[in-house]
Parts: sequence; structure tokens; C-alpha cells
Amino acid sequence: MSMRLEHDYIGLSSEVPPMESSDKKFSAGGLHLKATELRLGLPGSESPERENGNSQLNIGVHCNNSGSSSSSSSCCNNNNNKSFVLGAKRGFSVAIHGGSANWVFSGSPGSEPAFSPRAANAGKVITGSDSVPVSKDGLPQSPKPIAQEKKNQILGVNGHGVAAASKAQVVGWPPIRSFRKNTMASHTPKNDDDAEAKLGSGFLYIKVSMDGAPYLRKVDLKTHGSYTELSSALEKMFSCFTIGQCGSHGVPSRDGLSESRLIDLLHGSEYVLTYEDKDGDWMLVGDVPWKMFTDSCRRLRIMKSSEAIGLAPRAMEKCKSRN
Amino acid sequence: MLRMASSFPEEVLEHVFSFIYDDKDRNAISMVCKSWYEIERWCRRRIFVGNCYAVSPPMVIRRFPEVRSVELKGKPHFADFNLVPEGWGGYVYPWIAAMATAYPWLEEIRLKRMVVTDEALELIAKSFKNFKVLVLSSCEGFSTDGLAAIAANCRNLKELDLRESEVDDLSGHWLSHFPDSYTSLVSLNISCLGSEVSFSALERLVGRCPNLRTLRLNRAVPLDRLANILCRAPQLVELGTGTYSAELQPDVFSSLAGAFSGCKELRSLSGFWDAVPGYLPAIYPICPSLTSLNLSYATIQSTDLTKLVSQCQSLQRLWVLDYIEDIGLEALAAFCKDLRELRVFPSEPFAQEPNVSLTEQGLVSVSEGCPKLHSVLYFCRQMTNDALATIARNRPNMTRFRLCIIEPRAPDYITLQPLDDGFGAIVEHCKDLQRLSMAGLLTDRVFEHIGNHAKKLEMLSVAFAGDSDLGLHHVLSGCENLRKLEIRDCPFGDKALLVNAAKLETMRSLWMSSCSVSFGACKLLGQKIPRLNVEVMDERGPPGSRPESCPVEKLYIYRTVAGPRFDMPGFVWTMDEDSALRLS
Repeated sequence: MSMRLEHDYIGLSSEVPPMESSDKKFSAGGLHLKATELRLGLPGSESPERENGNSQLNIGVHCNNSGSSSSSSSCCNNNNNKSFVLGAKRGFSVAIHGGSANWVFSGSPGSEPAFSPRAANAGKVITGSDSVPVSKDGLPQSPKPIAQEKKNQILGVNGHGVAAASKAQVVGWPPIRSFRKNTMASHTPKNDDDAEAKLGSGFLYIKVSMDGAPYLRKVDLKTHGSYTELSSALEKMFSCFTIGQCGSHGVPSRDGLSESRLIDLLHGSEYVLTYEDKDGDWMLVGDVPWKMFTDSCRRLRIMKSSEAIGLAPRAMEKCKSRN
Repeated sequence: MLRMASSFPEEVLEHVFSFIYDDKDRNAISMVCKSWYEIERWCRRRIFVGNCYAVSPPMVIRRFPEVRSVELKGKPHFADFNLVPEGWGGYVYPWIAAMATAYPWLEEIRLKRMVVTDEALELIAKSFKNFKVLVLSSCEGFSTDGLAAIAANCRNLKELDLRESEVDDLSGHWLSHFPDSYTSLVSLNISCLGSEVSFSALERLVGRCPNLRTLRLNRAVPLDRLANILCRAPQLVELGTGTYSAELQPDVFSSLAGAFSGCKELRSLSGFWDAVPGYLPAIYPICPSLTSLNLSYATIQSTDLTKLVSQCQSLQRLWVLDYIEDIGLEALAAFCKDLRELRVFPSEPFAQEPNVSLTEQGLVSVSEGCPKLHSVLYFCRQMTNDALATIARNRPNMTRFRLCIIEPRAPDYITLQPLDDGFGAIVEHCKDLQRLSMAGLLTDRVFEHIGNHAKKLEMLSVAFAGDSDLGLHHVLSGCENLRKLEIRDCPFGDKALLVNAAKLETMRSLWMSSCSVSFGACKLLGQKIPRLNVEVMDERGPPGSRPESCPVEKLYIYRTVAGPRFDMPGFVWTMDEDSALRLS
């Protein structure tokens, strides 16, 4: 099938792959895309490569160079300065690409923009006509679907220590209500005296808001084992909040683009991922070990980095004081 | 018409109509003639709107000016499983705002899967002076502040039921807003709340409401406070415990057992979070009179469960985890001959290997031993066509049958065949089947069986099944009473939908996600059939930005007399004449 060349709002063109293909990784139509790509990444690391490109929004969350679940409180030095505007040690940039809205912000070098051939397929069960089981999508790195329940995560948190299920799971399967999932997942072991864990056993779904987006999303923290997984989930979730895409329906997206948004875009303003912890403080995501994060995170907010100045030092202090 | 009017004065007809409660009967009455339509609409007191977007508040109010009780449902059923993204819709506020002026004497509001804000709750609290019943089932969007407004202002409140709603739990303080003069509580269900309410406020509330018959506590209420609460309400008929776990202490146990024994009217039990077996015997004295038992949060094992259910000879409804195992279900079959409804939930739904010995055999035993069993929800890991056929032959009175095999597309584990014939037997033998959820490996053949036999079927849920459009066609063309159809991850495309487009107007709704329905077909449906809302949900961006042949992510079609809605989020597009032109 031939590719369709689409122009995005600011005139950058890119190739939009046809829906049927799923394996190929498409590089940007031009280098200018890579240069302007905004990625949500912690220092020294890149977003995990996403060959299947299930996400249109790229949020990479890493605490240190190793790129996976963060260790200790070491707030490592940023050796990837391009991504960070704050002067803070870490920040998140948001790359939004794919589909018809291919505008991107400044990016971390070396990371390739991955366009999403078939977002719907990613991580979900491929429709029956393919007759392909979920786990075999033939990609070197199978994308983690959003809000997937992973046994290892849930049980790991509970300390059951059963061997993890590595198979990718399907959204909304088995068909169990969130209330039940949350309740069962938070069954504490009998000898756990943590009263707070028992009482606060309510919901594991955390609200995520993004500045400028018209409504909230929710993400189930317990289904992710690391910042990496969380970032891919958030990318998927907020990918539709591209310029003007959401808003009054029936109005073609381009008309919804406001000037100030365009300026933001062009100047490469970035977003940072922050969370409100148990004490009501707003902190940058990524400073603390994953488990500590999930225990204390009450709310997530993707905010403009310009508003987030001043968060980082506090976060580091708090981080240090915890240890 | 003149003859009718002169033979029966309006007041007489109205009096006669007042004995008719069922919606279908009322609708039939209203179609007899114009004067009956007029009389009926002025005296209809209760309305049920199965899809809040099928009609608009002004339309309802215009036709029925004297309503006292409203029931509304919002999001599609698959929203329960996170298939409907946040912000989809289902906002109740416009309804409350309209009814605040139109129905000042409104007494009851029952909502399911709707977005309810604190603002809406506050409006309810101050608009309806005689407000009595608030049931929020699987709702979200409100906080305990909204509950405080209800508690503080609704002097005549009888029922506050928050079943499985998602509440922004700011604190438990809201309960203390019930004034000391408030004594009319009949039913309180706060089992979904996380935070602790003041126990003394709770005890005082329970103590001063002599008509309290239903009390479902939340997990935060510790076991050692339960006895005090029960002693203040020995007239309770339905109880949901808080956490059912504590260190085994003889005095705590004996006061608990004593309190339970004092509740002679107790017929329904639920709660049992974190249940420890040591405290189960406290309820033994009342087991023989229990008709409903919800142990689906109780992580107790098969032996204790078996001992428990064996004493519940009057049991009609049992919800339990698969810890009960086949052996426990055999005991159920032996002792609980009045059982009507069984739900078995998975304790570890994401485990690869079974963690308990619960198989198809358990369900077969119950189907053999319990002649009144007609409603089943069963999660398991293996099934055979033989077992399904046996169940079908044993229980031709089955009306609701929902099976979930944890592994999608699992075949008959002995013959490795699809489960077509098993489900075929179900629809063939169970002629009154109203609701069916299928599981396992299924081809178009099972849909042929359904289309041929399931003539009373009203709701069908399908996942990972079928081979081609023929499957969908069988269902749409054969199931005469089909009202709700929900499909996910099936290879159904345009043809069956377009050929059976007229059928869609006879149904409440159709949901299809991760199927193969193209954007072009959606547009066509939206254009062809004016009284259908065809909504495409796609988080990849406007469907118009992709080829017309490209399948849409999610599709929700429902009949409506209210036209397209205007509160859709950015990822939902309505296909109607206008927007179809705009989007193409």
C-alpha cells in the first residue's frame, strides 16, 4: 500500500503508514522532525523504542541511565541537557507525533520518532481476522498496553511473590469490574500491621490531568512496575490531546489551533510530569524508587515546565530526607 | 372516543391506572387512544430511561409532568471493564437541573454508570423537599462533600446506596452531617468508601433510626465495632460487614456471636473483607435463615466455605470466590436446594496457572442439584461442550447465563473443539434465556445456533469469537428480542451491520470495539438511519484523517429521539448527515 503523506498543522510533513502494517518503523520525513521532537525523558535516557509505535505521545520516564525502575535516591546528573529547560535535574518533555498531528517539540538526540501504524493494535488483541494471539505481534519489543493488569505487579505489591506472568494482557480482560480488581489487589497479607494500607485500600486508579487538556484520565498505578511502563501508558492516554484535536466536535482540528498554543509549540516549551504525594506536595516524577512512588502518589499532573520551576529542589530535599 | 370519555370519568381511569406499575404495561395503555394517552401521562409517577441519551430531559418533562421517581443509565456496560475512556459522557447534571424546576416533588433518583458531580448532589439536596431515595450504582465524579450535602439537607431521606461507585473520598466526616433529628433512614450502603466514618456517629445514627433494614458498611469499620452496631439495630434484614478480620479474642467473638443471634430478621450478608476463618462461626446461628450471601471479597478457603454454605439451607443467592472449588459447589448442590443465583469470581484472574481446583464440574454439580438455579456468572479456566450440554439439559429454566473462561479462545479442553455445540445446547434447551455471555473458542456456528434458538434473548456479550460477518448477521437477523449487543475483538465488519441496519433501531444499543467496522460504514449508517446515534470512538484522532476503509476503534450505536448529543469529548464523533459531510 502506498503511503499517505500528511501535513500536520505547522507544515511539517510526515509519512503516515497505512493501517494494516504493523511491523515497520517509520522514520521521520525529514530531520527537522527529529530535531524538534519533544520527548518526555529523564536524564541520560531515551524513551523506550517503540517499533510498533503504539503511542503518539512520547513520555519517557527514567530515573537514571539504566532506564528501568529507578533505584535509590540518587538524583543523577543530567547528561542529556537538551531535554531540560528547567535547570532542574530532571524533567519530562512530551513528544506528540503520529496521526495527523505531527508537531513535535525539542527532543533528546538519538531517539527516533516512531509513528504509530496502527495504534489500536498495540498491546490489544489483534482483531479476529488476523487470528493472531495477543502476545505474538512479532515485534522485538512488544509495547505495553495501557492499563494492563500484570500479575507480577499486583502480587509483587502484595508480597505474594508468585512468578510473574510475562504474557501481555488484554485491556478489560478478564471482564472484572475495577472496584473488584482494586479490592482484590489490595488484600494485605495477614501479618501486615500497616493500618494505613488496610484503610487506604480503596482505589489504585490515579487521576492524571494535563494542562490544557479538557478532561482527566485515570491510570492504574498498580498495573505498572516501573516508570517506563507508566510513561508508555500516559503517552497512549494523552496522545489525542494534540493541538486543537479535542474541543468542539465537528470543527476540523486545524481551526482549533490557537496562536498561543502554536507559540508554545514553536518555542519548544515542554511538559513535566508531576505528582501530588500523600502530604499534598507536588513533586517531580522519577525521583524516588518506584515502589515509594506508588505508595505515596495521589494524583498526577502533566504540567508546563514553566510552572514547574522550583519543584525540583524541593523534590530532591524531600527525597534525601526520606533516606 | 366520545363513548370512552362518557363511560368512564377520568378520575376512574386514573385510579385504575394507578395500579399499573410496569413500564411496558403503561406504554401499552398510552397507545389505546388519545384520551388514555393524556390521562396516563399525567399519572405516570415512575420513569426508567435505559440510555440517558435516548431522550432529552425536556422531552421527558413535557410528556410526564408529575413524576416522582426517575431511573437513568449512562455509560455502556463495557465501561465496567475500562473499555470506555474517561470523559465519554453520561452526565447527570442536565437532568437534575431540568428536574429541579419541573419536579419539585421528586422523591427517588436511581442512576447507573453516570457521572455525578458534587454540584449535582447539592442541587438534589436543595431542590427536592421530599427526597427519599438516592441510589448511585457504579457512578463516579462526586466526593464525600456531595454526600455531606445530601446528609445535611434531605430530612426525609430513606435510602442512600452508593454501590460500587467511585467516590473522591476526602474524609469520613460527611456522615456526621445527618442531623440528630434525622431518624428516617431505611437503607444505607457505603461499602465502596475507603475512609473511616466516625464510629460513634455511625452508631448513633443506627441507634436512632428504627426503620433501618439495610446497612452495608465499608472496609474501614473494624470487626470489634460490629457487635455494637448490630445491637443497636436488631431489626436489620441486610447487613454488610466491614473488615472481618481481627485477632482471635474470646470476648470479641462472643459479643459478635451474641449480636448476630439477636438479629432474628437478618436474611442477607455481605462484606467479609479479609475474613479470618476463626470468626466465621459467629454467623452460624443465622445461616439457616440466610437467603443471600456475598462472600466474593472473602479470601477464605474451600474447607471453611464448604462448612459455611452447608448450613445455609435457605440460600437463594450466593456470590463467592473460586476458593470454593468444585468440592464446595458440590456441597452447595447438596444442601442449598433453593438456590436461584450463583456467581463465582476469580481469585487470581491474571495468573497463568489455576490456583484452585475449580472446573466445569462445579457448575455441572450445581446445575444438577439446584432445581431453581436460573442465573449464573461463572469464571473458570476450562470448559467442555459436554459440560455445557449437561448444564443446559439440567436447567432449561436458565434465564441468565454468563460464562467467562480466563483464557480467550480456549477450546473444549478434552476434544480441543470449539465450544459452539455447548453454547448451542444452552440456547436450544433454555428457551427463556434472556442474557448470555459466551467464552472460549467459538466459530460462526455458535451464532447460527443463537440466531435460530435464542428467541427470548435480550442481551448478548461476545468476545474473541466468530470467523466472519455471517456470525453477526445470524444474531442480528435471528434474535427477535435482542435489545443490547456488546462485542469486542471479533472479526465482524460492515456487511452484517449494513444489511441489518433496520434492526438497530429496535435495540437499545450496540457496542463494537476492536472489530472490523470501517469508518465508511459508520458514516453510511449514520446517514441512512436518522433515529440512530452512531458514535465512533477513536483515540488516534479524527476518523476522517484515515482512509474510509480503516476500521474504527470503538463503535457505539443507540437509538434515540433526541438527536446527536453535544457533550461528547474529543475522541468521540457522531456520524449523522451533517457531520458525515464535515468529516469526509
